Amino acid sequence: MTTVARDPVTAAEPAPPPPGEPAAGPSRHRFRAAAGFAFGAALLFAVAPLMLSDFRLSLLAKYLCVAMVAVGIGLAWGRGGMLALGQGVFFGLGGYAMAMHLKLADAGPGNMPDFMMLYGQLDELPLWWRPFASPWFALPATVLLPMAVAFVLGSLVFRRRVRGAYFAILSQALAAAMVILLIGQQGTTGGTNGLTDIQGFFGYDLDDPVNQRMVYFIIAGTLLALLALARHLMHSRYGELLVAVRDGEERVRFLGYDPAAVKLVAYVVAAGMAGLAGALFVPAVGIISPALIGIVPSIEFVIGVAVGGRATLLGPVLGAVAVAWARTALSERFPGTWTYLQGLLFVVVVAFLPGGLASLVGLARRRGGEPRDGLLSRVRRRRAGTA
Amino acid sequence: MTVLIGQLFTGVSIGAVLLLIALGLALTFGQMNVINMAHGEFIMAGAYTTYVLQQVITAAGWSLLVALPVAFVVAGAMGVLLEILLIRRLYARPLDTLLVTWGVSLILQQLARDVFGSPNVQTRAPELLTGNIALPGGITVANNRLFILALAGSAVVALTVALRVTPLGRRIRAVVQNRDLAAVSGIATSRVDRTTFFIGSGLAGIAGVALTLLGPIGPTMGTNLIIDAFLVVVVGGIGQLKGTVIVAFALGVLQATGEYLTTLSVAKVMVFVAIVAFLQWRPQGLFTLRTRSLA
Repeated sequence: MTTVARDPVTAAEPAPPPPGEPAAGPSRHRFRAAAGFAFGAALLFAVAPLMLSDFRLSLLAKYLCVAMVAVGIGLAWGRGGMLALGQGVFFGLGGYAMAMHLKLADAGPGNMPDFMMLYGQLDELPLWWRPFASPWFALPATVLLPMAVAFVLGSLVFRRRVRGAYFAILSQALAAAMVILLIGQQGTTGGTNGLTDIQGFFGYDLDDPVNQRMVYFIIAGTLLALLALARHLMHSRYGELLVAVRDGEERVRFLGYDPAAVKLVAYVVAAGMAGLAGALFVPAVGIISPALIGIVPSIEFVIGVAVGGRATLLGPVLGAVAVAWARTALSERFPGTWTYLQGLLFVVVVAFLPGGLASLVGLARRRGGEPRDGLLSRVRRRRAGTA
Repeated sequence: MTVLIGQLFTGVSIGAVLLLIALGLALTFGQMNVINMAHGEFIMAGAYTTYVLQQVITAAGWSLLVALPVAFVVAGAMGVLLEILLIRRLYARPLDTLLVTWGVSLILQQLARDVFGSPNVQTRAPELLTGNIALPGGITVANNRLFILALAGSAVVALTVALRVTPLGRRIRAVVQNRDLAAVSGIATSRVDRTTFFIGSGLAGIAGVALTLLGPIGPTMGTNLIIDAFLVVVVGGIGQLKGTVIVAFALGVLQATGEYLTTLSVAKVMVFVAIVAFLQWRPQGLFTLRTRSLA
């Protein structure tokens, strides 16, 4: 699928440890990972809040939510070869679950959210809204609901060996169906407007810049945790298996593994990450609507991942933040130009730089004496191309 | 009974539109395994071609007739250009073609916005196609829907004949069935690919002409239709036309029935669930070419 099947760092790792144990790479790599982590944490927790204005910081919070989705896509697509074009669905499920709870909390116990009164079709709260009044239901639901949907769809689809383009189109159709459903059920979902004007976040007023900062810190911390989880998965025995399934599904099957189960785990984890991202997006931005989760935003999640480097750990995050930042910077002033640029980005990066910007880093690093284009990497690349 | 037949006809006419769009995809996706997301924008190109021609030829009937071949060539030429510039490099990476052609479709949409403006434009339908025909039994059928049905039917017939009888069709089928064997038998597969892409994209142009009869023309008109059309091809099975034809009408009828019984939004979800369920039964689609490959 991609020319950077594995970056030199992971390729140098010895045989993976037995399952159940965390991968214990050479201490040098662990140290580097820990150092990188500390650097990222310092950047997110100290430098950004000190350097950026409140407005910029809340924008960054929004980008970091997109980056969380990107981490999941990097896992499912970069490592697992599943082009998930419907991650917006999971983002939306998480977002709506959170927004429903916050709307109910805003309205106060026993009251209906404002928009339901506005459309005036309902006398009382719909049954399926009620559990979301409890944070003990709503908060787990933001992650578990997307994971459940991904599990059902994934197990149906992967078991029957529907894959490649078929899977991509199906996941995209799921996004289309979800958006149409949300818009159609205006009375209970807010329709095209979505759930807007969210005031409070578990008792904290979201208009207060201090609380916005708190939301930012929660988001930054969550992103780091998700990165740690993704790194752990990628470097575990499971991660090896996932790459193996991507590059030769039939071989893995013949070796006695169940590729469907391997893919399912990555897809469900990616869905959970997207759900969490959606849930945190709501307090950061104050709105969730069908326009944020449909076909177009779903595919835009993917472009950041492609730009950064789909099969790497940090590439998707950096790519997602960079693309989201470029969109804000350019689309306000030149909306048309941004669309052209975005289209070009898709074309140029995917067609001519499939490893993303991370492959440029890898190229520069490989200059330093490591074998550049050995037989093995050529074979691997050819495999990846036809997978 | 009348309602039933009326709904059936609605379903069939939805199916006819789907079929017109999916036919081209069946060719490009089926033969070359290329997921061309810009197909929707070729539809748009066909629609705008009709619009432009109507500015030149004011008689709506004539402009529509002229638009059919012109749109075919315009959209086909765009397809060939895309094939030469980009897709040719990506045959080994089908998923990446999806993303690349999505980028192309973004560019084409913005181009349409810059050239024709963001608001939708409208063409005048020829008078012959504006009314209804009353069938015995109190059923009325819209003329434009009937025209589209006929257009889709003739496109299927023409394509089938072309594939079955002509030397080009024989070459196309050979490449679909076994690309390597076709190549060693002296078929210039890359030229066949280009021709196939021309025809497939051209059919999108024809679909665009047909769509001008149903609604306004806008820069994003293709995006909304393309997913459904891809589903038709996925469910129909690649490499053959009959699956596409059957599934297009089946999905159309299912959609119309669901819409009649519930609402549009619920019907869409129903169709999606039905498709996933269907793929449990036949993961490769309704009809498939039997091959010995594992993938």
